[in-house]
Amino acid sequence: MNWKTVCTINDIPKQGARVLKREGQDDIAIFRAEDDYVFALVDRCPHKGGPLSQGIVSGHTVACPLHNWVIDLKTGEACAPDVGCTGHIPVRIEDGKVSLELK
Amino acid sequence: MNKPKLVMVGNGMAGVRTLEELLKLMPDFYDITVFGAEPHPNYNRILLSPVLTGEQTIKEIMLNEVEWYAEHGITLHMSKEITEIDRVKRVVRAADGTEAPYDRLLLATGSNPFILPVPGKDLDGVVTFRDIRDVNLMIEASQKYKKAVVIGGGLLGLEAANGLMARGMDVSVVHLGEWLLDRQLDRAAAKLLQQSLEDRGITFHLQKQTAALLDGGSGRVAGLRFADGEEIPAELVVMAVGIRPNYELAEKSGLYCNRGVVVNDTMQTYDPRVYAVGECVSHRGVAYGLVAPLFDMAKVAANHLAHYGIGRYVPAATSTKLKVTGIDLFSAGDFMGSDDTEAITLSDPMGGIYKKLVLKNNKLVGACLYGDTADGAWYFRLIREGKSVAEMRDVLMLGEGGQGDVGHSGQSKVVGMPDDAEVCGCNGVCKGTIVKAIQEKGLFTVDEIKKHTKAASSCGSCTGLVEQILINCVGGAADVKPKSEKPVCGCTDHNHGGVRKVIREQHLTSLRQVMDFLEWRTPDGCATCRPALNYYLISTWPGEAKDDPQSRFINERVHANIQKDGTYSVIPRMWGGVTNASELRRIADVADKYAIPMVKVTGGQRIDLLGVKKEDLPKVWADLDMPSGHAYGKSLRTVKTCVGSEFCRFGTQDSTQMGIDLEKDLTGMWSPAKVKLAVSGCPRNCAESGIKDVGIIGVDSGWELYVGGNGGIKTEVAEFLAKVKTREEVLELTGAFLQLYREEAFYLERTVHYLHRVGLDFIKTQVVDNLENRKALYERLRFALSFEKDPWTERVKEGVARHEFEPLTV
Repeated sequence: MNWKTVCTINDIPKQGARVLKREGQDDIAIFRAEDDYVFALVDRCPHKGGPLSQGIVSGHTVACPLHNWVIDLKTGEACAPDVGCTGHIPVRIEDGKVSLELK
Repeated sequence: MNKPKLVMVGNGMAGVRTLEELLKLMPDFYDITVFGAEPHPNYNRILLSPVLTGEQTIKEIMLNEVEWYAEHGITLHMSKEITEIDRVKRVVRAADGTEAPYDRLLLATGSNPFILPVPGKDLDGVVTFRDIRDVNLMIEASQKYKKAVVIGGGLLGLEAANGLMARGMDVSVVHLGEWLLDRQLDRAAAKLLQQSLEDRGITFHLQKQTAALLDGGSGRVAGLRFADGEEIPAELVVMAVGIRPNYELAEKSGLYCNRGVVVNDTMQTYDPRVYAVGECVSHRGVAYGLVAPLFDMAKVAANHLAHYGIGRYVPAATSTKLKVTGIDLFSAGDFMGSDDTEAITLSDPMGGIYKKLVLKNNKLVGACLYGDTADGAWYFRLIREGKSVAEMRDVLMLGEGGQGDVGHSGQSKVVGMPDDAEVCGCNGVCKGTIVKAIQEKGLFTVDEIKKHTKAASSCGSCTGLVEQILINCVGGAADVKPKSEKPVCGCTDHNHGGVRKVIREQHLTSLRQVMDFLEWRTPDGCATCRPALNYYLISTWPGEAKDDPQSRFINERVHANIQKDGTYSVIPRMWGGVTNASELRRIADVADKYAIPMVKVTGGQRIDLLGVKKEDLPKVWADLDMPSGHAYGKSLRTVKTCVGSEFCRFGTQDSTQMGIDLEKDLTGMWSPAKVKLAVSGCPRNCAESGIKDVGIIGVDSGWELYVGGNGGIKTEVAEFLAKVKTREEVLELTGAFLQLYREEAFYLERTVHYLHRVGLDFIKTQVVDNLENRKALYERLRFALSFEKDPWTERVKEGVARHEFEPLTV
């Protein structure tokens, strides 16, 4: 386990996301909510694998662009009545730099 | 914690629905205490009939279990009847001495069944049909006794009679009126109903007034005597002669009552701390006994209890349905008619079908259907929408299916559909799944069904079927509102029309302003309202309101179409469907260079490159060196053309050039939903102009314009708008119509639905008859388009939104 700086908070649009590509592993979606909270999820909807990074961000949720499942950014859990979960990755922000705890 | 205290008296459907709405708005605002006289939590009273017949169980009709109250921190007192309200000390007191202080009081005491004031009314074996206890008494009696008499031939009486018969009793129905259901049916339909109930073994005594209930000697009822002296035997008597609002408690505590607790449009009584909802209230002199209006009241009361202070209760048309399995009866609105209405009737006594539609000023105001109620939901929607049906009077009786293709493999009736029949073809949802969800989760709206089952949540073409299933399951409690009445989403109570109006009148130019002004309940909206608001802003205030890319669906944000595997499709514009060797060569080179898995010719006469990786998009666009085809947007898509007079031996006009001119005139136009055009050069109509949002057909003497066609989910033939002579007129009229649509339609409303909502006549007055208005609309469109640039060029040459296409790496 180690913390890796991936970008600055201003690299991510408010109510938007950036994608972190990793060789041989799942992409990670890094979200920035309107209130500047930053979250990171595995970029794969628990429903049909849609890229969550491409969805519309509102509050601390994102709506998957494929079939509109709404996913909680903090936990990666689908909001009721849908059921499912995608992995979430711990995020740290220091001096505007965004770091993720990667395996 | 010092939260204000909310006490609710009455634990029925209207009251608990108010609490549910309140908890949605303000989950932790009040300390809530509920008193219910019955020993049960909230259950679905409408479904007592199927419990009586044995088709459902008590457990199945529970809406809120005891755990629900606990989860929401609500103190629940069951079997405790409140007998006193001390409005000075603001305390309620129950019969057993339990007290609860309140800051706000909500009365939802419902109604009591009316008991005929005749001798013997207190005998054993005389019951009403109102709650679980009554149903249990009836079921018990049916096991010991044989002869049952139901007094009252209304909906409730007939459902009771049917239930007791199903339990094996000999049932007679006594009714004062000339025919059954005299508040729902006219004589002809009632006779059909009576016949089919007689065939099942029920006996009827019409125009009979009950004078006394007779004691068999043991204190139990043994028979009835009518006013004319005739006597009939009875071991069980069910009184189902109507309900009376239960306002005794309110009246005793000094609240102003007049055949109900009198409330204003915000459901407030004469004591501003006391609200009332449901069957116990009298609103503008009317008391309600159906569930749909009660739910509307619940919404309003919750809104005010949550201090939002916007909602007013406005009575709307209601519908009822007889819940007797095998008998289909549906009525809605003013089905009896009066002097200033006219009626269209269809009567087929042999086939057991009777339909009556009541019209007033060419609008449908009421419907009564017997034997075939498949179109009940559709008629109900027409009544609620209140739009003119003048143009479909001749086929109105044929129902929705009679208005053209309904596009669901001919399936338009849910009655008789087996449980395993697929209703939603997009998400593979069967009828049984929907029925189960409605019953188990206690659903009353199509939106709730969408959430829980996914039915009707994709293309929406089965919405009508889902509405029918809902109505069949819960009858008049089904909440089937047209889009014009529905809130935009869960973030607000305002509807689309209201939001558009406020944006225009208050000159609001940003999402923040709209959400603040209209007091949005979420901090920054949701994926449903934000795209709608963004469209309303940029279409109302072009050049002033700034487009918010984060409030656009991904396709419009990155100007390509997302596919199931997360890749994108790229469709460059080919003006009027015309291309050339150099463009084709570039497309071929791009396909090779980026290893594009599929190259496909689209239905809109262009070429689609499928499976492009997101990070390749800007390079693909640069190499193509062609403008965006906007094949991904709620915007102008294509203008399809036929060859026309330049080559075709039948062509009367140069349709290809007209198509190119129109496409160049309208490119970059955002709209409420996608817009497709076509131009044909002669009436053979090879470009299929009849199924386009604007379809143009060249004839020898000029051009004919058709609007509101659709070739998608439900095939809709475009309607004739006007005939013009010149190219300039075609451009101006097309632009003016589309600008009207852009300014007035609701987000995601296609031209056909907009057209049906406002009527073709209205559109003609705006853009055909009024030349000045046509010109002004067209100028406003030109002004809006003057701000649009080709999005692909912006991204390739100016580096717009670069972050979208550049992944991060570690």
